[in-house]
Amino acid sequence: MGSTSAQTNEGLGRRDLIKRSAAIGLISVPTMGFLSACASSSGDGNGKVEKGTKSDKNPLGVNESAPLDFVLFDGGFGQQYAKDAIKVYETNYPKAKVKFTPTQKITTELQPRFNGGNPPDLIDNSGAEQMDMGVLVGQKQLTDLTALLDAASVDDPNKKVRDTLRPGIIEMGQFDGAPVWVLYYAYTVYGVWYSQKLLDSLDAKYPETWDEMLAVCEKAKKKGIAGWTYAGKHPYYLPFSLYPMIGKVGGREVLDAIDNLEPKAWEHPAVKTCFEAYYELQRKGYILKGTPGLDHIQSQTAWTEGKALFIPNGSWVENEAAKTMPADFDLAVSAPSGIDASDKMPFGTMWASGGEPFIVPAKAANPEGGMEQLRIMLSEASSKNFTQSVKSLSAFNGGTDGIELTPGLKSGVAALEKAGQNVVNPRLQDWYVALQKEKIGVAGIGEMMAGRATPAETIKKIQKFADEAAKDSSIKHYKHQ
Amino acid sequence: MQHGKYRFIVGFLAAPLALYALFVIWPFIQSIYYSLTDWSGLSPEFGFVGFDNYSRMLDDEIFWKSLQHSLTLAVVLPLVTVGLALFFAFMLNVGGRRRRGAAIAGVRGSAFYKIVYFFPQVLSIAIVALLFQFAYNPNSGAINSALKLVGLGSIQPDWLGDPKLALICVMAVLVWSTVGFFVVLFSAGMASIPRDFYEAALLDGANRFTTFFKITLPLLWDTVQSGWIYMGILALGAESFAVVQIMTVGPNGGGPDYSTVVLPLYVYQKAFRDGQAAYATTIGVALLLVTLAFAAVVMKLGRRERLEF
Repeated sequence: MGSTSAQTNEGLGRRDLIKRSAAIGLISVPTMGFLSACASSSGDGNGKVEKGTKSDKNPLGVNESAPLDFVLFDGGFGQQYAKDAIKVYETNYPKAKVKFTPTQKITTELQPRFNGGNPPDLIDNSGAEQMDMGVLVGQKQLTDLTALLDAASVDDPNKKVRDTLRPGIIEMGQFDGAPVWVLYYAYTVYGVWYSQKLLDSLDAKYPETWDEMLAVCEKAKKKGIAGWTYAGKHPYYLPFSLYPMIGKVGGREVLDAIDNLEPKAWEHPAVKTCFEAYYELQRKGYILKGTPGLDHIQSQTAWTEGKALFIPNGSWVENEAAKTMPADFDLAVSAPSGIDASDKMPFGTMWASGGEPFIVPAKAANPEGGMEQLRIMLSEASSKNFTQSVKSLSAFNGGTDGIELTPGLKSGVAALEKAGQNVVNPRLQDWYVALQKEKIGVAGIGEMMAGRATPAETIKKIQKFADEAAKDSSIKHYKHQ
Repeated sequence: MQHGKYRFIVGFLAAPLALYALFVIWPFIQSIYYSLTDWSGLSPEFGFVGFDNYSRMLDDEIFWKSLQHSLTLAVVLPLVTVGLALFFAFMLNVGGRRRRGAAIAGVRGSAFYKIVYFFPQVLSIAIVALLFQFAYNPNSGAINSALKLVGLGSIQPDWLGDPKLALICVMAVLVWSTVGFFVVLFSAGMASIPRDFYEAALLDGANRFTTFFKITLPLLWDTVQSGWIYMGILALGAESFAVVQIMTVGPNGGGPDYSTVVLPLYVYQKAFRDGQAAYATTIGVALLLVTLAFAAVVMKLGRRERLEF
């Protein structure tokens, strides 16, 4: 066998050197790629595009030729409303290209991009895979949207965007102090949903006090209809009517104390009264049998089939349950019933707040473009388009004139008018997701409503969860201002 | 050409070993490193915190619950699945009534049963979980409807909604979906056992019971052991995660009241819901240790003398 210098020499031959360096290269290339895909990469956000010049038509100073990267949660509201708004953007800035990505897998697709420091410019962070907003804010991953709120609105150059929004929208986007991190685009009405037709057939009115509620349920039971059903597998739907009821009975401060994770917040008498009221529904057999084993779709279907009278839910239910809802269902929503006349807030007190949270990441390349796209979506025309096509209100105040409203939406608008200033907005579900959904919802209220724990036990358990969350240094804590 | 042997072997092994190191070993080492940091998973910045995550894990009630459930699955599932599969495979291959001319045979229609048992294997676990989610529906699901049909209308459990039953429901689904694979595996093993052994046993007057324990099981032991470890790892890992995540109560499954939360689910929740990726990797490391310990225990307990035939 002929030998080359590499095999006989002690030192490194040229060929070996080449081979080895090639081998190292082969290994190190994917290794570095792998590493940079993980946490070790350092995104310093220097990839930002240059700002454009501000003008009356372009109050945010958008770079007219910079591309825009827009990721939308493709859920109950679909993607058409966003596509329509993008068309407006592209008309205003013909040189800009919009990359639009509708997806249901928000976290799966976006977490690596946040990690890599190259997130998109605008995100609808919603759905089951929503990224925890509290964490994003805590990790300083979001752009302050104050510039957008102070920009002139599309419809009226003399009006700022912030003056065109529904009450509560801006506060919801704040976490700690003045910056506004999130802009909620939809406006959700939470409450007790029912078929007006079914209620009429029982010869009953929507009950305003708990005694009336029990009487209506008894009436329904005699006809073989359950009083209530709820998403038993996701019992964190119950607070949609339970929290505003607590607020109505005990006043706003009770809900604020709960949100602030104050010690003994859950031991307030109003909480106990309301828990006992709900527990009574269970004890008297007014809850549809098998409810604890149903998910949200199954319970909504049982309800649209007329097996149960009331369901705690949000205004998306009209779109979501449309397939099984009979044409003459006559969907209606009402603020939760109270206990009696001694309640602190009047009947009509309800929970309404923003939905579909839009965010602009701090490391976005074109944050002005992201905000500009939002500004377009908050115009009257885009908002009307949204309301008309997906049966939901938007954050834009008004914009329902001249649109034929569906029964549920109409009833929601009426309920909001009745509520007036008495709109409450509990924040547990966007400040502390795990605490609200899994601990209070599933392990606490869910067990109580399934009849496996008494209200007193449940309150003790929830208070313990809340105290743990208050002490947990791995969670960022927020307070009502 | 003896002198080139090692170079030859190394040459062929280098690439797979490098791939293995890169995609299997390295991520493990990385996760151990990340478990010592406060990485959120949502930003590239993080700091080193030492063993904070580990001490937090030891105080975490839900971690202990998920560990307990994972261990239950790792013990009960292989026991039930492998036991059932052995029984079915034996009946299909050996347990039948003797017909003329054949020393051993399966029960009548065994070829058909084999296909039926294997059938769930062709379905994705996500589809299996969804199917059973409907079957467990307390109002209109197949199971409660069947109970009503046979006059047991007074027994209408909430199944997945009941903390006492939920974990059992989950286990039943996993057994249903995996038992067919082991039936086929063990059938293949049994086919390689020489027929003379059975014939000799028959001549000595052995019944099915004795035949199984004195001939089939000892000769099949290696296969059973691998099956056992494989099933245990399924129970600790991906399969249990999918079923719990899709079927059970709560925002990401795991309920009611944490009665079905398992380690891989808890890793997922911490990493992708709570933005605590570092803590999630800590739980992942615990899961790694549990899996290794499980394999070690089974190997140790299962050690037998190798039979030659």
